[in-house]
Amino acid sequence: MPDYLLSTSPAMAKRHARHTRFQWYGRIAIAISISFMLLMFTAIFFRGIGAFQKTMIAVDVQFTESQIDPSGTRDENSLKQANYKPILLQGLQQVIPGATERRDRNNLYKLLSNGATFDLGERVARKPELIGTSQRVWVAASSEVDLYVKGKIDPDVPEDLRRLKDRDIAWIETLRASGQVKKQFNKTFFTSGDSRAPEMAGILSAALGSFFSLLICFLIAFPLGILTAVYLEEYARKSRLTDLIEVNINNLAAVPSIVFGLLGLAIFLNFFNLPRSTPLVGGMVLALMTLPTIIIASRSILRSIPQATRDAALGLGASKTQTTFHHVVPLAMPGMLTGTILGMARALGETAPLLMIGMVAFIVDVPKGVTDVATALPVQIFLWADSPEKGFVELTSAAIMVLLVFLILMNVFAVYLRKKLERRW
Amino acid sequence: MSQSRDLTLRRANRRSQLREYAIQGLLIACSFVAIFTTIGIVASLAFEAIRFFGKIPITEFLFSLEWSPQTAIRADQVGASGKFGVLPLLSGTLLISFIAMSVATPLGLLSAVYLAEFAKPKTRNMIKPLLELLAGIPTVVYGFFAALVVAPIIRGMGAGAGFEISSESALAAGSVMGIMLVPFISSLSDDVINAVPQALRDASYGMGATHTETVTKVVLPAATPGIIGSLLLAVSRAIGETMIVVMAAGLAANLTANPFEAVTTMTVQIVTLLTGDQEFDSAKTLAAFAIALFLLVLTLGLNIVALRTVDKYKKKYA
Repeated sequence: MPDYLLSTSPAMAKRHARHTRFQWYGRIAIAISISFMLLMFTAIFFRGIGAFQKTMIAVDVQFTESQIDPSGTRDENSLKQANYKPILLQGLQQVIPGATERRDRNNLYKLLSNGATFDLGERVARKPELIGTSQRVWVAASSEVDLYVKGKIDPDVPEDLRRLKDRDIAWIETLRASGQVKKQFNKTFFTSGDSRAPEMAGILSAALGSFFSLLICFLIAFPLGILTAVYLEEYARKSRLTDLIEVNINNLAAVPSIVFGLLGLAIFLNFFNLPRSTPLVGGMVLALMTLPTIIIASRSILRSIPQATRDAALGLGASKTQTTFHHVVPLAMPGMLTGTILGMARALGETAPLLMIGMVAFIVDVPKGVTDVATALPVQIFLWADSPEKGFVELTSAAIMVLLVFLILMNVFAVYLRKKLERRW
Repeated sequence: MSQSRDLTLRRANRRSQLREYAIQGLLIACSFVAIFTTIGIVASLAFEAIRFFGKIPITEFLFSLEWSPQTAIRADQVGASGKFGVLPLLSGTLLISFIAMSVATPLGLLSAVYLAEFAKPKTRNMIKPLLELLAGIPTVVYGFFAALVVAPIIRGMGAGAGFEISSESALAAGSVMGIMLVPFISSLSDDVINAVPQALRDASYGMGATHTETVTKVVLPAATPGIIGSLLLAVSRAIGETMIVVMAAGLAANLTANPFEAVTTMTVQIVTLLTGDQEFDSAKTLAAFAIALFLLVLTLGLNIVALRTVDKYKKKYA
């Protein structure tokens, strides 16, 4: 609007000012939503980035035969289960000679992770020739030490408010001064299952649980979804029945996800007696939940295929089925796949229905198939978020980051598929 | 010769016809899964809920003001008879939904109006997917953020202002849920606003109205039914939302309208009743199904009303 018009009268200027103001309200509203999202991402990023590193402590270990393998059989299991605590402690005492009393020794030993003895056992069982030698071994530090080294425990807080006492901190500093403390990439986080101790916990079992659930979900929801869409768009004449199906699909899309979990609990678990807490049941529940999304997306793709395609095929003597499955469906396939992937991305982030069918257990073992007891990534996040241990805050945020990365990958793949394969009519 | 060829042709025809029927049958069977799912949901919830009402009268469930589902382990235990009144849960759910909607409505509507009416196409194409990203974030992430960051901030602000706020306040869960709902409102309202015929706008400009006056006095009133529909859909989402409230709202069933207190919701109670140890026939576990049935009726009712309003609106300008 030209300026002279705005300044013709005070009323006009006022009306124009209102216009400018109103636009700003919109901009501010958008800015609030988006900055909230950014705030959330940065908060999670800075909390979780530390979990990708892990504090290790070097211990000079004397692998004495009398301690590890008194009978000299070199049996793998007895090597794994031998008592490595004394030799680890001896190694630590070389650096910190002061700790000789029983309570001090225990506290000193607690600087190391509980997993340290298992770790040594694994190493010795793999390489029995270690016995009799003396080696410098890097073992995981306990979660408290890990947090301190990462600067997440404030030594200025009154001593009785923290689990790591001044004494422990002095010991860590001694170890650090002699170069026996380092941070390294946290492989455990990606290669192990859940654990009560934060420094030994990982997301592998949860990630595989999610993978198996999504696999089942895809195998059920994709064929069912596109065939339903094909029926409704290509075959069905408008009738009471198709109306009923349509109303059903629209309403299912609005049913709260937790209700699908209850359906799984009542029907799949209690009525059909399928195995509880497994990706099989989880996948079935997620499939029923994503089905409406896939159907609705596929229908709109089918609707966008030009009628000319069908007429041409029919005109050349193809049957209805041939027309549909040789011509229409292949053209619609990229779009339908895109819709399916987006639906599965939603399913990947879904937590509540999985809680209902018992995929909320403490799972250490890595699931090997769809009928093994498992949990899923978002459920693992929920479990860790609930845990009182401070070390799990970091892991929770890191697991969220991994989940978001998977979601982004799925979405990017869907967009790529659409760009690459979709035709414009 | 020609007769036998005729016969083969006819047989081939019959065969292909049969195949057509078979495939059509398969397709119909597939589309029945949606109906079976609905029947499954309603039947399983209703069946367990009826068993629950066999133990606890339905009038107590609907009208009692108390919720404490602890049932007696021994018959002679004191004060251990469970109280199963759904009203405190309903009030908690509505309180949190109300807070969420008072965050989401202005943000969502103003965003929608801006994107539909004022933004340049380039800005619009950039901002819209960004806003929709909010809808794609798993709710467990929102829950974690609400419990770990937002709740302490709100609590700290309360302490600064000199009054006590529960660490699991309805406000924390509700406001974070509100942000989650923004894209639901904005994208649907955006469609609705775009569906208002250009002629209405042109008429308004022709009368000398500014762009803003056109939007507030012509476009928005015309779009109101559709916008109400989109708000109702968002409310139904808020009522059924689980993870944010499980992680950030409390377990205590307080009958209160104070947003600074801890309240519990229907979904939270379903989760707490059904995770952990459970005997299947106890009133406690069955109560979860009764709540879920109530929840389903509520959300579906809202949904049907919402879709009707949007449909009617669309027909008006079609």
